[in-house]
Amino acid sequence: MNELITKTATELAAAVADGEVSAAEVTAAHLARIEAIDGQVKAFLHIASDAVRQAQEIDRKRAAGERLGRLAGVPVAVKDLFATVGMPTTCGSRILEGWHPPYESTITSRLRDAGAILIGKTNMDEFAMGSSTENSAYGPSHNPWDLSLVPGGSSGGSAAAVAAYEAPLSLGTDTGGSIRQPAAVCGIVGAKPTYGGSSRYGVVAFASSLDTPGPFGRNVLDAALLHEVMSGHDPMDSTSIDAPVPPVVEAARHGDVSGMRIGVVTDLSGDGYQPGVLSRFAETVELLESLGAKVTEVSCPHFKYALPAYYLIAPSEASSNLARFDGMRYGLRAGTGSAEEVMAQTRAEGFGAEVKRRIMLGAYALSSGYYDAYYGKAQQVRTLIIRDFEAAFEQVDVLVSPVTPTTAFPIGERADDPMAMYLADLCTIPSDLAGNAAISVPCGLAPENGLPVGLHVMAPSMADDRMYRVGAAVEAALQSRWGHPLLAEAKGLAS
Amino acid sequence: MTVMYEEALQKYEPVFGLETHVELGTRTKMFCGCTTVFGAEPNTQVCPVCLGLPGSLPVVNRLAIEYAIKIGLALNCSIASWCRFARKNYFYPDMPKDFQISQYDEPLCSEGYLDVLIGGGCVRVGIERVHLEEDTGKSLHVGGATGRIQGAEYSLVDYNRAGIPLVEIVTKPVEGTGYLAPEVAKAYVTELRDVLRSLDVSDVRMEEGSMRCDVNTSLSVVGSGVWGTRTETKNVNSLRSVERAVHSEIERQAFVLDAGDRVIQETRHFHEDTGTTTSGRSKEEAQDYRYFPEPDLVPVAPSPDWVKEIGASLPELPSARRSRLRSAWSLSELEFEALRNAGALDVVEATVALGASPADARKWWLGELARKANDAGVEVSSLPITPESVARVAALVSAGTLNDRLARQVIDGVLEGEGTPDEVVEKRGLAVVSDDSALLSAIDSALADNPDVAEKVRSGKVAAAGVIVGAVMKATRGKADAARVRELILERLS
Amino acid sequence: MSITRDEVAHLARLSRLALSDQELDHLAPQLDQIISAVAQVQEVAAEGIPPTSHATGLTNVFRDDQPVPCLTPEQALSQAPAEELQRFKVPRILVEE
Repeated sequence: MNELITKTATELAAAVADGEVSAAEVTAAHLARIEAIDGQVKAFLHIASDAVRQAQEIDRKRAAGERLGRLAGVPVAVKDLFATVGMPTTCGSRILEGWHPPYESTITSRLRDAGAILIGKTNMDEFAMGSSTENSAYGPSHNPWDLSLVPGGSSGGSAAAVAAYEAPLSLGTDTGGSIRQPAAVCGIVGAKPTYGGSSRYGVVAFASSLDTPGPFGRNVLDAALLHEVMSGHDPMDSTSIDAPVPPVVEAARHGDVSGMRIGVVTDLSGDGYQPGVLSRFAETVELLESLGAKVTEVSCPHFKYALPAYYLIAPSEASSNLARFDGMRYGLRAGTGSAEEVMAQTRAEGFGAEVKRRIMLGAYALSSGYYDAYYGKAQQVRTLIIRDFEAAFEQVDVLVSPVTPTTAFPIGERADDPMAMYLADLCTIPSDLAGNAAISVPCGLAPENGLPVGLHVMAPSMADDRMYRVGAAVEAALQSRWGHPLLAEAKGLAS
Repeated sequence: MTVMYEEALQKYEPVFGLETHVELGTRTKMFCGCTTVFGAEPNTQVCPVCLGLPGSLPVVNRLAIEYAIKIGLALNCSIASWCRFARKNYFYPDMPKDFQISQYDEPLCSEGYLDVLIGGGCVRVGIERVHLEEDTGKSLHVGGATGRIQGAEYSLVDYNRAGIPLVEIVTKPVEGTGYLAPEVAKAYVTELRDVLRSLDVSDVRMEEGSMRCDVNTSLSVVGSGVWGTRTETKNVNSLRSVERAVHSEIERQAFVLDAGDRVIQETRHFHEDTGTTTSGRSKEEAQDYRYFPEPDLVPVAPSPDWVKEIGASLPELPSARRSRLRSAWSLSELEFEALRNAGALDVVEATVALGASPADARKWWLGELARKANDAGVEVSSLPITPESVARVAALVSAGTLNDRLARQVIDGVLEGEGTPDEVVEKRGLAVVSDDSALLSAIDSALADNPDVAEKVRSGKVAAAGVIVGAVMKATRGKADAARVRELILERLS
Repeated sequence: MSITRDEVAHLARLSRLALSDQELDHLAPQLDQIISAVAQVQEVAAEGIPPTSHATGLTNVFRDDQPVPCLTPEQALSQAPAEELQRFKVPRILVEE
């Protein structure tokens, strides 16, 4: 591996800014890496044809003494859910194959302004529905730790790209766990900012009240850097919070948990959790205690209803958000006959099975006669979950749990078993429903299979910095214990 | 009233309701910054938001909220202290998102009323709700015979109109109007239109589509206390059509019920040419719109201060203006109705404002000018004469410069484009002769021609002077002031 | 059983999804299973608990009534499956709304 691709984003940004290395070199190194291994990993759906030109522009600016942004010259891979001008946006679906949006998402605009090199669009479960990328119409991505395993989902491509050193940073979205779960099973850092903390303008909607764009990085500081650059108020998004971005980079630089009150959510454990996941989690909790944190147990009694509530709210919103894909204005148009027939045929051919299931589930939950018992009830459960969090955060500063009940599972194992697939989101969903911030930080390898396990840290809304502080502390302690980053253990890829 | 109609109303009680959609005259759309100019080239006023492109998000236009609250207040509604937008989900090519952002069970304004004057009485039409939503795109149906959907081969969609703010105003059912139902319906829409105009929130041009009405009609068997099945009539594009649509539905439903059949709950389409309705979509299989709160928008909670500010900015509403003018002009209700029906309120008010007395203003506008308007087949306010001119003519008559006959000739001259009243008087030489010496010479001349009159007058038959007056008027071609002539004759002969 | 195959077929029509019989055979039991599972929310005692539709607590987010540059017709129509006369060409519509 070219040395450049193992550098952190923070290091690369500094090196480019100092003139130690050119942006063009950095980009070339990453393009070469992609060329070499993406045939196996399949993280990318599209590589930017102008990546080198983007990099050259940064070099030109630097040479001319112009001001460079915080991510100047740093390659970033973008989940194919973000509208990008000049690159297609498929959302992992046939129905948008070849769609070239005539506008750019706020977040990718901000990244461009910060000098980042948008190196390509990554694979994902179709319309963000899934936990493995197996629902992608373009085939699954593969976990760099073991190519026969899933990289998690729905932002699996973005997680795999970073874990495989194809880019130091990537963008994902988290609706039920779609950043944190892939991060955990790929052994990298993935964060879900406070809902409303990062703009959804230009991010194709799955579940509007839950979707949260967020960062992936190979370490806590890198993720924090991307988190800061991408976040902040956007007047184009009515649900965007108009307040300063929490100081996450600052927190990531000062991983000190002494005196912090940490709550272990007792409800997020038990049957269905892989022993190695539970043991690594327990050890990490002990580690936190040894670092000076005050650890207690906290009960969030309504968390056990989070999964069913989520699988009512999210599909309901999705069934409405995806109605626009009707073959009339863009995307696939299939079938003949009347507009009604063409719409139905287009959607039958353009959508995969999981999307169809969720659309129908959503239509059911919102139907007159069923609304109160299903969607309405789920919204009440949501309130109770928010209250559980509020009560918990009166006693503790952050909550911790495993990220997902198992390590990466084999491709194909759960593909046609929706219920089994949904269980991957057990721990991550409550934070999506409540809207507060949460992060996955690598905390070890499961003894039974040597696969990565993530620590899940949840912070109150707009206190994103707290979770970065905890994540940084854990990361530093574990790195000094192992002597190297966790990723160095990955044998799935030739170095 | 046809025999059929009369008979129908002996057996049945009509109940009607109106749903009116008003396009607001904001500069930009409801949820994005696209302009809203009428008649622009297709798809030149669209953006990712109003095209519903994947990833786009709506942001509420504050002015639209203000206008909707204004309308609600003018209709005596309560304004919600907290409400949300909702998604109305259905598939249709002119709807970019295949859902419409609207309001469902939390309308911005509710529980109001509008008083409608009809035949000297007043009907209070209850307003159920006033809410905001976005308009759809517009389709051209190609290939069929009529340009309508039936028989078309394909459609061409223009999304310029998609996203324009619409206010929907829904009445409560209006009962107890009997045979006057069609007139009351028309009067309601007329009054509503006038209120909206006075608020300056919309063009309210039915012919341009900035105000659209759907009429609901049902018949209840007299004395049964049971409401009949309701039909909804669309494509009602003018005030006259509102009246005709209600009338036609009453007749049609009565016919159906008389035959022992039941009225089908459905949407009907009104036809301008026949004045009747035909069946459209059956409402039996009601659409399930799966309403839920719009997650991309946050609740709207107008502060009491803001609502008060908007209330304070309300202009004088038509009903208040009418009361004020009627009392200022000392008119009876019937007299005032006549003015309103002639469409002469504005011009009369303007004429009075320029100094004419209400009686004079009314006399000219409702008399001579109304006749001219009728002959020309136009509204009296469309005649090529301004309130300024009418006020001037009235002033000239008051000053004695013109008499009634001359004044009418001046009016003619203005209507024919000869200029201002003064210019016409000048050009046509229409001023009353006020020079006594000229009058005296005419008098002497007439006296010479009628020697016996002088004798009769001197002997006390003053009325005989009339002949001389007539002769002088003739000689001066009507430009003499008859009263003055008479005075001079009597002086002369005494 | 929480939902019948016929009800699933109705949902498919409502959602404009032209599912084949095979697909219906496959998806209907899965949907039934999922609906049974999510019905678990009904176990929760929620008397008097207000539903949460928005987690942020924000209200009154507005924009000014000021025009903002929009797309050109070319951009708007650039991805259209069919166009004519600068409009989106769509197949004949059966039922008028």
